[in-house]
Amino acid sequence: MSSLAETKAAVVEEFSMFDEWLDKYEYLIELGKNLEVFPVELKTDERLIKGCQSRVWLDTQVQDGVLRFRADSDAIITKGIISLLIRVYDGRSAQEIAADNFDFVEQIGLRENLSPTRANGLNSMIETIRKEAERNV
Amino acid sequence: MHLMDIDQIRSQFPQLKEKVYGRQLVYLDNAATSLRPVSVAEKWAEMSLRHNSNLHRAVHKTAVDATEEYESTRAAVAAFIGAAAPEEIVFTSGTTQSSNLLASCLEHGNFFAEGDEILICEAEHHSNIVPWQMVAARKGLKIKVLPIDDRGQILISELGNLLTPRTKICAVAQASNVLGIINPIRKIADICHANGTLVFVDGAQGIPHLPTDVKEMDCDFYAFSGHKMYAAPGTGILYGKRSLLEALPPYMGGGEMIESVSWEKTTYAPVPRRFEAGTQNISGVPSLRPAMEMCKLLAGREITAETERVKTFLLGFFSAHPDITLYGNPDDPAEKLPIFSITVKGAHHEDLALILDKMGIATRSGQMCAEPLMDGFGVTGMLRASFAPYNTMQEAVYFTECLQKAIDMLK
Ligand SMILES: Cc1ncc(COP(=O)(O)O)c(C=O)c1O
Repeated sequence: MSSLAETKAAVVEEFSMFDEWLDKYEYLIELGKNLEVFPVELKTDERLIKGCQSRVWLDTQVQDGVLRFRADSDAIITKGIISLLIRVYDGRSAQEIAADNFDFVEQIGLRENLSPTRANGLNSMIETIRKEAERNV
Repeated sequence: MHLMDIDQIRSQFPQLKEKVYGRQLVYLDNAATSLRPVSVAEKWAEMSLRHNSNLHRAVHKTAVDATEEYESTRAAVAAFIGAAAPEEIVFTSGTTQSSNLLASCLEHGNFFAEGDEILICEAEHHSNIVPWQMVAARKGLKIKVLPIDDRGQILISELGNLLTPRTKICAVAQASNVLGIINPIRKIADICHANGTLVFVDGAQGIPHLPTDVKEMDCDFYAFSGHKMYAAPGTGILYGKRSLLEALPPYMGGGEMIESVSWEKTTYAPVPRRFEAGTQNISGVPSLRPAMEMCKLLAGREITAETERVKTFLLGFFSAHPDITLYGNPDDPAEKLPIFSITVKGAHHEDLALILDKMGIATRSGQMCAEPLMDGFGVTGMLRASFAPYNTMQEAVYFTECLQKAIDMLK
């Protein structure tokens, strides 16, 4: 498994290929469609993240000393973003995640270019991942 | 006023020329707030830069000018909506404040007794639901819901059954911000009045599109927001029949709403100033005058013909589209404003809005402050394209092309 820094750099590198917003979205939609299926029984209110116009469910498990994330959304672009977050943070230690600054989100231009309500949703997602990590340190 | 063609009209709204992400902006979020014409911005600036002074208070020339601007706007609004007198127009910060003011003053005027009922239409905006719920909770009132049918039309046949001797007021929109359906206010008012029930009409969406006459509608109270009809944000009105307003206690206490103040006894100014405590929106309110002029211009034949073409085209497009459900589809298209809320099979409203945004098109997605209505239709949200009279057929066509592209991307 590559390091957190390497994975983040790889994501940033991938997104640097797109000059057009619509191409970025095409890619996120593709990622969203390929996101691992999220069990319906996990779609509980406790797993629902507040602050998104679209609904987002996040499930966190601790397994062999690392955090495992699974998530879903009813909106596909959000699912694409979730897929990026999972790719970067799934399977890493709580310490490592809690210490991270989540800067790659800004570097791929997601935070400022998603609509304000969506950016809040993204913030809420990141906050939830960070809190889960801190809780498990 | 001479007639203007659509290009001349559009040149009055500079924001129509803006670009977003390097593309031409196509503004289809007019139901949220309209764009401002130059005339409104100029009046607004003029009030700030030349006639700025507090109202009603000082004898100096500038104060007199500012007060004259403000009060003549009141008279102009009264004429615009067919009120009997300027005293029937209360300036507020917008529809939301108007409905809150009314609910609160009725409550404090002991208009309601425990067990009384308020009837609210199912399609209302939260600002015409929540203030009533708040009063209901404090006073032990019952809220009843006036339902709509599948097409979004009020089930007027139900109205008689829902009214009881305890129904004190019926709250209903002139037109829904989601469905765009124009409600039969006069019919509703006649039925309610025969039952001794007052009628409050939320005109936020109606006023920019419809010739409005409160006497013809025979509503008891009427509200609208300036910012949805081209005027400055933070302006709005509550109209009330004079005898009804006069029976109400003040809303907030403060400067300008009093007749005299002493430690022993304070008395209140007559209507409408009784309801206008504190410094008012002295720069914004006069912008309602050029805004109303713009409404009249936009009601011209050429412009309304274009809006009708847009409506016919979009109604045709949506009903022919296999994946699109349109909400608010009355038997007679004349009963619908050019406000189109849809859901698309297999595509989330937010994804659609995000993609359209990147194509330069401003739409609204989500629950649009009408959660009970969304629940009623069993959806978590919709995509809304709301057109103003200055929008064109060309923009409507571009919108449908982009919408189709977005749907294809998401499939
Ligand atoms: C039908 C309707 N009523 C009330 C409101 C509230 O208006 P405001 O936010 O200007 O007070 C709106 C605006 O969204 C509306 O569309």
